[in-house]
Order: sequence, then C-alpha cells, then structure tokens
Amino acid sequence: MSVLWVLLLVGSVVVAALTGRMAALPGAIAESAGRAVTLSLGLVGVLTLWLGLMKVAEEAGLVRSLGRLARPVLRRLFPAVPADSPAMGAITMNVAANMLGLGNAATPFGIKAMEELERENPHPGTATDAQALFCALNTASVQLVPASVIALRAAAGARQPADILAATLLASACATVAAVASAWALRRLFPAPPPGAPRA
Amino acid sequence: MLKGALDALSIWAIPLLVAGIPAWALTRKVKVYPVFVEGAKEGFQIAVRVIPPLVAVVVALGMLRASGAMDALAALLAPLTSAVGIPASVLPMVLVRPLSGGAALGVVADVLRSDGPDSYAGRLVSVMAGSTETTFYVLAVYFGAIGITRYRQALPAALAADLAGFAASVVAVRWLFRGVP
Repeated sequence: MSVLWVLLLVGSVVVAALTGRMAALPGAIAESAGRAVTLSLGLVGVLTLWLGLMKVAEEAGLVRSLGRLARPVLRRLFPAVPADSPAMGAITMNVAANMLGLGNAATPFGIKAMEELERENPHPGTATDAQALFCALNTASVQLVPASVIALRAAAGARQPADILAATLLASACATVAAVASAWALRRLFPAPPPGAPRA
Repeated sequence: MLKGALDALSIWAIPLLVAGIPAWALTRKVKVYPVFVEGAKEGFQIAVRVIPPLVAVVVALGMLRASGAMDALAALLAPLTSAVGIPASVLPMVLVRPLSGGAALGVVADVLRSDGPDSYAGRLVSVMAGSTETTFYVLAVYFGAIGITRYRQALPAALAADLAGFAASVVAVRWLFRGVP
C-alpha cells in the first residue's frame, strides 16, 4: 500500500508537469482532503444508529441466529473463523444489507464484522485472509437492484429503465466469484508476518 | 410487478428494521434502550478513525484526476478497449468506477445523454456501474475503521473483481440484448 500510495502521488505530479496542469493540483489537494473528512463525518449518524441497533439485535440473539443460518456458506469462505464467532452474524447482515441495496446499513455491519474479525487477528495492523476476502467481497457489488442507475435511466427516458437487471446480476456474480477466487489464490503471495513477529 | 415489489422492499426495509429489531428484542426481555445507547457509543470514534486513511486515499486520487492522468490513460487505452467492445464514451467508467462513486454516476448520466439509455453504450455503462463498487473507498473505510494499514491480497483481489465485473458486463450486455435495437 505504501508503494502504491507514493506511486499515485509522484505519478500525479509528474503527469501534471507534463500536461501543464500543475496549477490545478493545489486546489484539488485541499478540496480532496476536505471531502475525505466530510465523507467520514457523514458516516457518524448512520454508524451510531446501526451500531446501536446491532447491539440490540446481538443481545436478542438475532445476530447469532443469522450467523447460524449462513454458516454452511460462510464456513467454506472463512475457514479460519470459528463457527460461533459473532463475526459470522455481522458478515451475514452486511451481505444481506448489500443485496437489498441498503448501503447505509451495510457499512456499519461491515465495520462491525471487521472489528470482530480483528479480535482473532494475531498481527493487528495486518489484514487476515478472512478480512481481505471480506473486503474484496464488499468491493464486488452484490446489490440485487441498482436503484440509482435505474433512476438515472428512467430520467433519461429509457423504454424500460430496469431492463438491465439480469445483465447486472450476471456481471455482479462474475465480479463476486473473481473476488473470492483471487483473494484465495493470492493469499500466499502476500504472507502474513510469522506469529509473534514485532508489529511493523 | 417484480419491479414494484422490489421498489416497495427498498422503501420498507429500513423503517421495518429500525422498528422491528428493538420490538423483537423487547419480547426477548432485552433492556432495549440502555443496550442501544451502549452499542451506539462507538459510532463517532469509528468515523473519526476512518478520517486519516480516507484523507490519504482521497487526496491521492484527487491529485491523479486533476493531473490529467485519466485523460492520458484513456487516450492510451482507447484502441485496446474499443477492440474488446467498450466504446470510447464508456471508457471513463472503467477508469473512474473504483475511485469515486459520485464521478461514476456522473459518467452514467453523460453516456445516457450522449448515446441514449437504450443504446449499447447506454446499457453497458449502466450494467458496469451496477455491478461494481467504489473499491478504494470501501477498502479505506473498512480497514481504516480497525487501524489496518497492510491490506495484503485485498487490493489486488478487489481490482480483479472490478475487472471481472467490467468484462462480464460486456459479455452480458452483448448476449442478453442480442438483436434488441
């Protein structure tokens, strides 16, 4: 990540020098930094609400039953996570919220799942295989109905704004399979530090 | 019919969950209100913890876009991508989608206007936007929230998912809309 980040920063400056757009950079830098903070703080409300609801659901035993329901699938995807881990319930709720297109709820559930997975992480600061797979899954959209795209198509006067549903589902499925397969195949290329190694 | 049901679902789901979870918990003798407040406490800290990684990622990507690197890359890639069935107007989607959700929807709106929603390009750009996610944002938020700075295979796997999603979009649109004007 460090190398990629420096590559992006240096690359941008070099390209800006070549294309003569250096004057646009200072503004873009300040604006981006501000936007990142706005994005983060924009999460406060929904994070607070859904983390509270999640705790209520946990105490009521809902999270555990959901985790148990999805266990046959999750056990294969996340073999290193104990079957009774609360992470399983959070992962299930995240995936369900994503499929329904409830992005606001999906993010807090996902963060909760990452926290639970972090409890079983022998090297804090470095992603486990389970965390890497879970994040990759979240970057492959599994949304059943891409509502914002359909709304744009309707606004543009499409004959049937939702006629792209089947194609979208098919493409989503391929992206999801690619996420799982490559996270699994690449895990040995990015070894975790040996147990007990000092934190980098 | 199906669309009506799905629309209703997306409207009803959140209110029903917000009311239903506490109601169910109450029947299970959970002290709903104090438990909610206890769980909700974390929300603010998590959002604040996400700030540093998100600033790092968003600034780098903002610089990249302002530098004109996207246009240069688009010019470089155009012959290649048009050969595999991605029209020049749709190419910005491939470049922008992993970086910014808002910009990606902007590209969708542009292509729908320039090529029409019922054209090949219009359908392709819609399917691409719907089948992939804002990769860098998702990674920065999820890993940032728990202080992970070494992503290991997560980034290449996430980008592979984006690539697969784009490729599958081309195939799916060609196949499902074969012969459709």
